[in-house]
Amino acid sequence: MKYFHIVFVNLRRKKLRTALTIGSFTVALFLFGVLVTIKTALSSGVDVAGADRLVVRNRISLIMPLPYSYRDVIRQMPNVAEVTFATWFGGYYQDMKNFFPNYAIDTEAYRKVYPEYIIPDADWKAFVEDRQGCIISPPVAKKYGFKIGDRVPLQGTVWTGTWEFNVRAIYDAQREEMITPEFWFQYKYLEEQRPFYKGTVGWYVAKVDDPANAVAVAKTIDDRFSNSPSETKTETEKSFAAGFANQIGNIRLLILSIGSVVFFTLLLVTGNALATAVRERTAEIAVMKTVGFTDASILGLVMAESLTLAAIGGAIGLALAKLFTLSGDPTGGMLSFFYLPTDSLALGFALALAAGAAAGIIPAVGAMRLKIVDALRRV
Amino acid sequence: MARLDSGGKGALVEIRNLDKKYHRGEEEIDVLRGLNLDVEQGEFIAFMGPSGSGKTTLLNLIGGLDAPSAGSVRIAGEEISALSGRKLAAWRSRHIGFIFQMYNLIPVLTAFQNVQLPLLLTGLSKPERRRHVDDALALVGLSDRTRHYPRQLSGGQEQRVAIARAIVADPTILLCDEPTGDLDRASGDEILDIIGKLSKEFGKTVFLVTHDPVAAKRADTILHLDKGTLLEYAAEKPIASKAEESPR
Repeated sequence: MKYFHIVFVNLRRKKLRTALTIGSFTVALFLFGVLVTIKTALSSGVDVAGADRLVVRNRISLIMPLPYSYRDVIRQMPNVAEVTFATWFGGYYQDMKNFFPNYAIDTEAYRKVYPEYIIPDADWKAFVEDRQGCIISPPVAKKYGFKIGDRVPLQGTVWTGTWEFNVRAIYDAQREEMITPEFWFQYKYLEEQRPFYKGTVGWYVAKVDDPANAVAVAKTIDDRFSNSPSETKTETEKSFAAGFANQIGNIRLLILSIGSVVFFTLLLVTGNALATAVRERTAEIAVMKTVGFTDASILGLVMAESLTLAAIGGAIGLALAKLFTLSGDPTGGMLSFFYLPTDSLALGFALALAAGAAAGIIPAVGAMRLKIVDALRRV
Repeated sequence: MARLDSGGKGALVEIRNLDKKYHRGEEEIDVLRGLNLDVEQGEFIAFMGPSGSGKTTLLNLIGGLDAPSAGSVRIAGEEISALSGRKLAAWRSRHIGFIFQMYNLIPVLTAFQNVQLPLLLTGLSKPERRRHVDDALALVGLSDRTRHYPRQLSGGQEQRVAIARAIVADPTILLCDEPTGDLDRASGDEILDIIGKLSKEFGKTVFLVTHDPVAAKRADTILHLDKGTLLEYAAEKPIASKAEESPR
């Protein structure tokens, strides 16, 4: 601790350089935080996916519907415990920017297939009994100030026009990751009002009696509908969610690439700043060695400088990233679970320290190896 | 009393057959050649000689800043050229105080913090360190400049802070490499007064490298170096500080 004062005054001697180096860490860690948040948002569906649920969709594309009649066929298959379905609606509230995922659900089995959503029985009953009823998630309620009993108009994009709904429930969930901006309404209402695609659903979700049977059931379903006008593609909910996330590219590779470039640049910037600082202090380092500072303690002091820069810059960057994510999904619904997890903050801080250590090691070793006589001769 | 032969036993500093060579490309330069010297505790030795004669090199070897090519340097019975880097650093902090021509203070530290630097390596508590630093600064007459940064001090004051830094850990030996070379005569005399006082009153063994005959006359003994050899063993002269000559 008694040496920290030396580290501190050394950092203060070139304030602009210190500020810029800290700024480099801040920008890099802010970017890291945002990228991790985007990755988390895109893969949140994968994380909360049930192992015992299969998603059945049209083999051609997710946007192509499936016949409603498939429901009973799937339900009667061996090892299928329950079947529900949903259809993407794609509406927005008042303005296009007020978009959040909204879809029509099956009121008979949806709650049984997704027991992790917590909805009071009375509210569910009110929803089922009101053809225009809807259930919203807490983020939607909070953002738009909706409460139970409110009348909410949505503008349709697939089926255009104004669709009126009554808020009958605000769901809760067993896991925080499941509480994302969502809006559910009755399939029957959609079916009655829409002018086309009648008698179809967007996708089915089949709950199997045992996760061990999931693969076999998926094959059975796809075999059953092969060579039909609407062939199916059945996969586990986790695969479905992962595939959905990958529709916009290999996010992991993208984030890794951007992160690598940023951190490599950070190493160069910080390494250069520290090398310059050490070069400027050659005589001082020699004097410190002269009065008894060991090579190891000189190494430690330079490394401490580098790690302090990394810690300050990293902490600021991550704090800004956290603040940014707290302000909510900037895409208006594309990244519904826009959240920077605590473990990612810890990982980011560890990465910042690692970058600081890597950037500092060469200048620190240079300072450590400095020969007193040579250094003093240069003065 | 300093001796140039190698017959002395029990001297504080015993230098035997000391060689130092440097390599410049393929060329080998003999800086010091077969040097022998014994110096007793409390002696004040001045090294004089032309540039390149090996004065600073000899000082560096005595202080353990450099290693000899051959021969030995024993301080208080300890062969310092045999010490490893870590032990040598620890030994230096206990036994040696350095005073440089250009002061070499750390500009971002105050006078107090500069003087405290060697004490950070000790196990002294903060109040103990403070007491030692205050004593050292009082000794060089800078008790009222503790919070000043080097840029706020005159050259003479900076050198006094450097002296305080050199003596704060109470070393046995002071190595002064042209300490007045960058100062005017008045400031230089003040510095030499302090160095003389440290030798005479506090029993420090002082090695002074200088080009200035007036400064050298403050020493008990003046040794001349030329081409790496101690050529001349000048007559000893009692220490006579300016303060003693003309009391204020």
